[in-house]
Amino acid sequence: MRALLSALILVILAAVPVLAQQGGAPAASPNFTENLDIGISTDEIAITSDFTGADLTIFGAIDGVDQDILAEGKYNIVVALEGPKENATVRKKERVFGIWINTQSMTFELVPESYSLSSTRDVETIAPTAEMNTMGIGINHLRLTPTGYIGDGSNLTEFRDAFRQLKQASGIYQRDPGGVQFISSSLFKATVRLPANVPNGVHIVRAYLFREGHFVKAKALPLRVVKTGLEQAITRAAYEMPFVYGIFAVFLAVVTGWLASVIFRRRD
Amino acid sequence: MTVYLPIAELSVNIFVILGMGAAVGFLSGMFGVGGGFLITPLLIFYNIPPVVAVATGANQVVASSISGAISHFRRGTIDIKLGSVLMGGGLVGATIGVWIFAWLRRLGQLDLTISLMYVLLLGIVGTLMLLESIRALRRAARNETVTLRRPGQHNWVHRLPWKVKFKKSRIYLSVIPVFALGFGIGILTSIMGVGGGFIMVPAMIYLLRIPTSVVVGTSLFQIIFVSAYTTIVQATANYSVDIVLAFLLMIAGVIGAQYGVRVGQKLRGEQLRALLALLVLAVGLRLAIALVVTPSNVYSVVSEGIGF
Repeated sequence: MRALLSALILVILAAVPVLAQQGGAPAASPNFTENLDIGISTDEIAITSDFTGADLTIFGAIDGVDQDILAEGKYNIVVALEGPKENATVRKKERVFGIWINTQSMTFELVPESYSLSSTRDVETIAPTAEMNTMGIGINHLRLTPTGYIGDGSNLTEFRDAFRQLKQASGIYQRDPGGVQFISSSLFKATVRLPANVPNGVHIVRAYLFREGHFVKAKALPLRVVKTGLEQAITRAAYEMPFVYGIFAVFLAVVTGWLASVIFRRRD
Repeated sequence: MTVYLPIAELSVNIFVILGMGAAVGFLSGMFGVGGGFLITPLLIFYNIPPVVAVATGANQVVASSISGAISHFRRGTIDIKLGSVLMGGGLVGATIGVWIFAWLRRLGQLDLTISLMYVLLLGIVGTLMLLESIRALRRAARNETVTLRRPGQHNWVHRLPWKVKFKKSRIYLSVIPVFALGFGIGILTSIMGVGGGFIMVPAMIYLLRIPTSVVVGTSLFQIIFVSAYTTIVQATANYSVDIVLAFLLMIAGVIGAQYGVRVGQKLRGEQLRALLALLVLAVGLRLAIALVVTPSNVYSVVSEGIGF
């Protein structure tokens, strides 16, 4: 009986702040005074081939803030590192005559190849879902626009979910609720993860400021990720001079085979 | 120790790759086969994307065939004219094959097609080899001498038009079946990353009735050119030749092959062939199982990178 009573009290206590929030929610005001700025120490990151992932720290400042709202922790910051955008095709396997075959596919238009998200708290609780969807902030809210014929679109959700799940499973899409921390009342530090398989190219660091569940301001900075070293030189050659690369591959094979026959013939 | 494969885009244990190359090289030296039909499935088992495994396999075949071809050239056991007709067919076949390869890749059916073709090919070749070696073992037990069918006998192939004299082979033969054989092997080279010697040699002996003395050298001659051409076309059209992977396989392969040849000369052929047949069947079975077993995730995602 006592346990039940205490449980009841807990429920009531938990409900109180919710009630308070609902009562005191202000209407959205379009003229925010807040400003947001971010900076990174470099606009280019060179990655060697033995790269196993690293953290990128982004510093930022907000000014023109309402100190009361700040003290209540109702300012929220989201920082995202978006990789280069490309079309991505999701395929689904089905069993046909006992064999698993790719039967359906859906291509999404220009989605970031990688996506690392960091925020002051879980993005799902920062602003209403509708607002996050319009802004395309967060793995679950990224715009996934299918291209081509998709039928009645009944499997759209299924393929979108599969895409998000696959990207997160491979670690190329990540999120860190709590990766953004206030250092002082106006300064913050955000840590985003560069996965080991971070793609080459121009990434964009995007920072968003929210106040009491409403979007206030955004800032973006480009960040070039360049892979260096022999492996990268090979990749570049393979894609930029494929014909020469192919001839070189054959040349290497001919020399290897020939050398082996010469070396081993002398020994006999 | 790991090494990053730039085209396959993954890190692998260098010793596993070297071991694979050496083992397949050893077997290919021992049995006198190219080894492409073993290396590509092994790479797929090791999670190398099939696209890369096939194109890199073709590159590897160039290295593993070249020393054999050199020694045949020195001994004068290559029919250049016959080899050139085979090669002509092979180049056309490889061109069409690479085009089919790219088309299947766009459709998302490439991996499946490669696996299915391997299951089929390894199943057939493995079974035939096993039956043949069992027959040979029985013959050996009964102390019979092996009688090869005489190459002078004619069949339907020899009634086809456009006959040409192949001096070295001392044979008067239509170019149609020769070109067609080269064409078929060319397609296999580009889609499966094999040299195709294990099909071409029996086809030349039993179907075209070409003297055995020139068969191996001539088939190696055509394999080198067709697999070299396939490597270049795959690199140009599909960006799928991983030179780091190919180089590791080549180095280990050519060394393994030298030891394989020595061991092969000391051991009895029929038992070895039976063992190879079982190995081939096992690899085919492993691929077949992978096609049937429920995948851990029925979804897959590909980004349309610069390769498209």
